[in-house]
Amino acid sequence: MSTTQNKVFGILAEFEHPGALMDAAKKVNEAGYQKFDTYSPFPIHGMDEAMGLKESKLGWIVLVHAILGFTGALAMITFMSYADYPINISGKPFLNWPAFVPVTFELTILLSAFGAVFGMFFLNGLPKLHHPLFNSKKFEKVTDDSFFVCIEANDTLFAEDRVNELFKDAGALHIEKVYE
Amino acid sequence: MSTTYEYVPEKPLIKGNHTFSSITALISDVVERPTPKWWYMAFGVANMLLLLLGAMIGWLIWEGTGVWGLNNPVGWGWAIVNFVWWVGIGHAGTLISAILFLFRQDWRTAINRFAEAMTIFAVMCAGIFPAIHVGRIWVIYWVFPVPNQMAMWPNFNSPLLWDVFAVSTYFTVSLLFWYVGLVPDFATLRDRVKGKIAKVVYGAASLGWRGGNRQWQNYEKAYMILAGLATPLVLSVHTIVSFDFAVSVIPGWHTTIFPPYFVAGAVFSGFAMVLTLMIIARKIYGMKDIMTDDHIEKMNIIILVTGSMVGFAYIMEFFIAWYGAVEYEKFAFINRAFGQYAWAYWIMMICNVVSPQFFWSKKLRRSVGFTFFISIVVNIGMWFERFVITVSSLANDYLPSAWDYYSPTYVDILTYVGTFGLFFTMFLLFLRFMPMIAIAEIKAVMPAADPHSYHSHDGDSQKLETEHSQQTV
Repeated sequence: MSTTQNKVFGILAEFEHPGALMDAAKKVNEAGYQKFDTYSPFPIHGMDEAMGLKESKLGWIVLVHAILGFTGALAMITFMSYADYPINISGKPFLNWPAFVPVTFELTILLSAFGAVFGMFFLNGLPKLHHPLFNSKKFEKVTDDSFFVCIEANDTLFAEDRVNELFKDAGALHIEKVYE
Repeated sequence: MSTTYEYVPEKPLIKGNHTFSSITALISDVVERPTPKWWYMAFGVANMLLLLLGAMIGWLIWEGTGVWGLNNPVGWGWAIVNFVWWVGIGHAGTLISAILFLFRQDWRTAINRFAEAMTIFAVMCAGIFPAIHVGRIWVIYWVFPVPNQMAMWPNFNSPLLWDVFAVSTYFTVSLLFWYVGLVPDFATLRDRVKGKIAKVVYGAASLGWRGGNRQWQNYEKAYMILAGLATPLVLSVHTIVSFDFAVSVIPGWHTTIFPPYFVAGAVFSGFAMVLTLMIIARKIYGMKDIMTDDHIEKMNIIILVTGSMVGFAYIMEFFIAWYGAVEYEKFAFINRAFGQYAWAYWIMMICNVVSPQFFWSKKLRRSVGFTFFISIVVNIGMWFERFVITVSSLANDYLPSAWDYYSPTYVDILTYVGTFGLFFTMFLLFLRFMPMIAIAEIKAVMPAADPHSYHSHDGDSQKLETEHSQQTV
C-alpha cells in the first residue's frame, strides 16, 4: 500500500468459504492467539466456540437497564400521582397499582431496548470513523462474499513468519499485511 | 431397528441458483441503479397526497375540530378509526421481525426489513390522529410527564395516557430494531457505492461496521434480546389500544375479549398490508427468487388463522352479550347488525370473516392475483371493524334522546387519504435508498452459509452435502 514506514496492524488472510474460515479460526485459537478476529458477511453458527469466545456481556447491560426502567417508572408515577400532586379521579385510590402496570411495563421495555442497542454498539466499539482493516482493498468484499481472519500485531505471540505459515497451513487464498 | 428414517430437507428458502454475491448484487443494485421513471411519478403522486394531508391538518388546527363530522354522542369518529387501523397494520412488521424470529421461522428473513419499514411508517400515520384529535395541539405536551403551568401531572389512571407511552415506546423500539438490522447492510452499500456523497452517508450510517465475529456475537445477542422485548411489546400495544375502549362503560366497548381480539385483528390486517406491498414490489424489482410464492402461501395461512380468530371473536361478542343478559349490551350488538350502521357491519363480516376462508384452498393460497385481491379486501374489512366498534356504540348508547347519526365531512375523508401520501412517500424513499431485503440475514439462511455443509467426514451429513452443493457451486 504505502511506502512510508507505517506500523503493522496485523496480518489478514482470506478464506474460501465459511467452512474454511471455521477451520482456520479453530487453528488460530488452538495456536494460542488472543488478539484475532474472523470477518464474514453474516454471522456464522458455531464460530464463537471455534474462536473460543466467552458469552457476550450484553445480557447484563440489558438487565441493568430493565431494572432502571422498572424502578424509575414506578418511582415517577408514585411521585406524580401520590406525592407531588394527588388528584381524586372518580374516587380511585392515589396509589392505584393496577393502573400503573401499563406505563411501568412500557418504560421497562423502552429502557431495555436502549440498553440492548446502545450496549451492543458500545461493546462493539461503534461508531468508529476509521479502522486499519479498511486500508485493505480486498477487505471491501467482507460485506459481500469474502471471509477473513486477522491476527493483530499487538498479540503477544505475534511473529510475522509464524502467522504467515499458520495461515498457509490453514489454506488461505490470500495473505496480506495491514498497516495502521 | 428395522425402521429407516429419511432426512426430508426443507424447501429451499431462496429459489434460483444464487451465490452470496449474486444476492448482494440483486438487492443492492436497486439502490445503485439510476432512479427509474415510474418512481418519480409514484413519488410525485405520494407527495401531492402528503401536501393534501398537511393542508387538511392545517385547516383543522386553524378552524378547530368542528370541521370534522363529530357530533354530540359521537365524539370519536374517523380519526380514532384511522389511528387504530394504522397501528394495527404496523403490528405485522413486529410479528414478522420478532415473533417469527423467536420461533426460528427462517422464511421471515425475506420480508422482515420490508415489513418493519411498513411498521414504522404506519405508526407515523397512526400517531398523527390522536395528536390532532386533542383539538388544542399547542398544548400536546400535557400528555407527557413534564412540569406545566398548572403544576399538574398526567393522569396515570387513564388508558389514553397509557396509549401515549405504548405507541411512543412501540415506535422507538421498532425504529431501533430496524436500524440494528440495517447496520451490516449499510456497510455492504458503503463498500459498493461509487458516489462520494453516497459513500459518506452509507459509511456514517453503518457506524464503521466490519463484520468481525466479535461484533457479530454481540450483534446477534442484541437482536435476540430485541426480539424478546418486541414480542411482549407488540402484544401490549394493541392491548392498550383496546383498553381505550374496553376500560370505558359504553355498551359494546366494555368487554374483556377486546385485547386478544384487537391483537388478532391487527396481525390480520398487517399481514394483508405486507402482502399488498410485497406483491407489487417483488414484481417491480424482480425479487421473486427471495420473496417466493411459498412466502405468499405461508402468509396466507397466517391470514386464515387470524381471520378465523377475528370471526370467532365477533360471534363470541354476540354470545356474551346475550349470555350476560345486560339489556344495553344486548341492544348494542343487535343494533350493530341491524341498526343504522348495519351496512358497515355486513361489509366488515363479509370482508373479515368470509373472505379469508377462501385460503383453505391451496390453489387460491398460491395464486398471486387472488391473494392481492383478498389482501385489499381484508384491509377494507378491518377499517370497517374499527368503524363499527367506534361509531355504532357511541351513536346509540343508553339514552335514545341522545342518539344521533354520524357521517364524516370532506376533511375527515381527505385527511385519511392524505395519510396514504405520508405512508407512500416514506415507503418509496425506503425502496429507493435502503436495502429492501436484509442482505446479511438472507445470506445467513442460505445452505452455503452453514460451515458444516463443507465437511463430509461423517456419513450422516453426506446427504446434506449433496443437497447443498447445488446451491454452493
